[in-house]
Amino acid sequence: MMNRAMKTKLDTQAVRKPKKKAYRWLIYAALALIYIWAFSGIPYTGIKDSAGQIFKAIVAGIFSPDWDYVYLPDGEDLLRGLLDTLAISMLGTFISTLICIPFAFWAATNMSSSRWVSGSGKMFLSFIRTFPEVVMAILFIKAVGPGSFAGVLALGLHSVGMLGKLFADEVENLDKGPVEALIATGASRLQIMWFAVIPQVLPGFLSYTLYRFEINVRSATILGIIGAGGIGTPLIFALSSRNWERVGIILLGIIVMITIIDMISGSIRKKLV
Amino acid sequence: MNAKPTVQVNDRPKAPNRLKHILTAVILLLLLWGSAVQTESSLGELASGLPNMLDLLREMFPPRWTYFNNIVEAMLETIRMALVGTTLGAIAAIPVALLCASNLTRTGWIYYPVRFLLNLVRTIPDLLLAALFVAIFGLGPLPGIFALAVFSMGLIAKLTYEALETIDHGPLEAMTAAGANSLQRIIFAVIPQIQAHFASYVLYTFEINVRAAAILGLVGAGGIGHYYEVTLGFLEYDKTCVIIIFTLAIVLLIDYMSMKLREKLL
Amino acid sequence: MIELKNVSKTYPNGTKGLNDINLSILPGEFVVIVGLSGAGKSTLLRSINRLHDITEGDIQIDGKSITRASGQQLREIRRGIGMIFQSFNLVKRSTVLRNVMAGRVGYHSTLRTMLGLFPKEDTDIAFEALNRVNIMEKAYARADELSGGQQQRVAIARVLAQEAKIILADEPVASLDPLTTKQVMDDLKRINQELGITTIVNLHFIDLARTYATRIIGLRAGEVVFDGPVSEATDEVFSAIYGRPIQQDELLEERVV
Repeated sequence: MMNRAMKTKLDTQAVRKPKKKAYRWLIYAALALIYIWAFSGIPYTGIKDSAGQIFKAIVAGIFSPDWDYVYLPDGEDLLRGLLDTLAISMLGTFISTLICIPFAFWAATNMSSSRWVSGSGKMFLSFIRTFPEVVMAILFIKAVGPGSFAGVLALGLHSVGMLGKLFADEVENLDKGPVEALIATGASRLQIMWFAVIPQVLPGFLSYTLYRFEINVRSATILGIIGAGGIGTPLIFALSSRNWERVGIILLGIIVMITIIDMISGSIRKKLV
Repeated sequence: MNAKPTVQVNDRPKAPNRLKHILTAVILLLLLWGSAVQTESSLGELASGLPNMLDLLREMFPPRWTYFNNIVEAMLETIRMALVGTTLGAIAAIPVALLCASNLTRTGWIYYPVRFLLNLVRTIPDLLLAALFVAIFGLGPLPGIFALAVFSMGLIAKLTYEALETIDHGPLEAMTAAGANSLQRIIFAVIPQIQAHFASYVLYTFEINVRAAAILGLVGAGGIGHYYEVTLGFLEYDKTCVIIIFTLAIVLLIDYMSMKLREKLL
Repeated sequence: MIELKNVSKTYPNGTKGLNDINLSILPGEFVVIVGLSGAGKSTLLRSINRLHDITEGDIQIDGKSITRASGQQLREIRRGIGMIFQSFNLVKRSTVLRNVMAGRVGYHSTLRTMLGLFPKEDTDIAFEALNRVNIMEKAYARADELSGGQQQRVAIARVLAQEAKIILADEPVASLDPLTTKQVMDDLKRINQELGITTIVNLHFIDLARTYATRIIGLRAGEVVFDGPVSEATDEVFSAIYGRPIQQDELLEERVV
């Protein structure tokens, strides 16, 4: 059997391997050029001789942290810094949720008659999203002075970009049926909103708000680096004064707080859906 | 509606207790109120600060377009940092993602600890990583690249392992049946299923990294962010405005190209 | 009394949805509209409460033109016309009671309803309505916990709570199984007889139309091709409406067997 099969020579010419298109190679070449440009432009010098030493010191600091810093009876300590960070992210998220709801309805294609209206809303939201929150914080510091309030305002405004887009998506996925039913009962525009639209989108809105809150807690930890309150400020001080034990405890504090927040928020979000 | 006698109130089912909702609302309000106190937020302060901010915005215009020439090189460095950081992170993410996927790494004592470590790494924001790396390595783009690489590794590894866990098991079984070892199984049964997703996640991370790289300079980690401090320090807001506009343009352009590429991939 | 005078509807792309329709429907009638899908049944029904606008002619409800009404006037006319849909159109995440109360919002100011300050009588009306369709015990269940037939009964209760004088039902049983279909149609018929509510139903099944209707209207390509009592609606008449012999899937009973 095998022999016979071997003897009938396969006509391999009949099934030809399809040629890869030329433009593929063009893409590969372009990619290669971009990478050569990117890697050759980096200055590989300038690493401090003490880098290894400092790295060890920081790792050592994490494993033997400055426990005393967790709570100091008078003044700035870890718990107060973390509390401040949480407060900034909570209030910032709340403000952005309030602001972004009208923008979400503006940007949702099924809520406006013309594509221009929703398109301009989407443009506006993507513009806000692109504007870095740290830069916003710098601008707000100029307005209300350094401190947590500037951080709250920066997060509150910056989050509108992403939340507004997510909310708009949620509005676009809405079931038109109940809206039609409410129109048929003779309801006014606001009544239609309140009885047919809001109950449908509310769980989604809440879930996205929590998701954004998780992101905002992370952002709030770094706002202090530019003077907008939270745990970032003592961290920067500890780093510049080479107090590695303190850097260690602050890092631990941030990691623990964010892990706990993620767990709580995640479990609530699962319940909402 | 009068054909039948009215339903007696007692016959109706009982309304569920609303205490839970009310309690949730009260707690939420208390938290927000506490936050406002803690952060010393007040509408009055915002109102009184608003004129300052409008002044600032007014000083930003017209932008000093000539400043553009001073920051082109820094912007190119920003893009380079994002590109190199994303690439290094993507390479590092591959083994991590494979170890995290419960359907490929069958042993729980491997994938649980690896996932735990991955989650720990993902809690640290990129700017904070950059501040740490600057303290370790000194000023310059290198610590920025490392920060972006670590951050990208976390994000790409997470997205990829979640995608890995949803792959079709048929091809894997077929490879096992054909007597393949684990590396061969990955090359012939896993990679073909995942490569488009992986590429799309890398592009997505690259978009995020361009935005991140633009501000890393604030902590001394290279890129255009450094110039915010320079111009704001000298109160040259018209120059700051040029930086902001330039960054927005580059970010939107890269987002657009990346989005088009991702659409083609999936 | 519903009067349609020379009603036509032309879509923006030029197709004719309705063509010169003249009808008058008396209080208490149970009218079934039949026709192929695309014949304009749904368009006709939705023109009556102006969920769809017509392009020519006039529709009057008890002497008032809904075609020319707007704002508060339009909402008041709509309040008197209940509608039941193929896909129930309940807010799935809200409770049954809240869905029924939605039928009452047209009677009160916007602010009052948004604050949830419905008068006590409204709650009584809502429970009465739920009781009439036999699902009062589900009042506080979420609408999406109910079966399709139960959801349609909630939708009927919503119309009852609306205290409408007219019920429009657009394919109310198309997504239900044969058994629940009977229950829902029985409910509609009972309400029609006990409360004297004018009922207009779009139906796909010929035998259902014959069982429940007092009057049958046949539509074909946007025109009325038959209008008469059930006794006159013979198989030949249906074949004429459909433009072809009656098929198996247009009979409900045959499918049950």
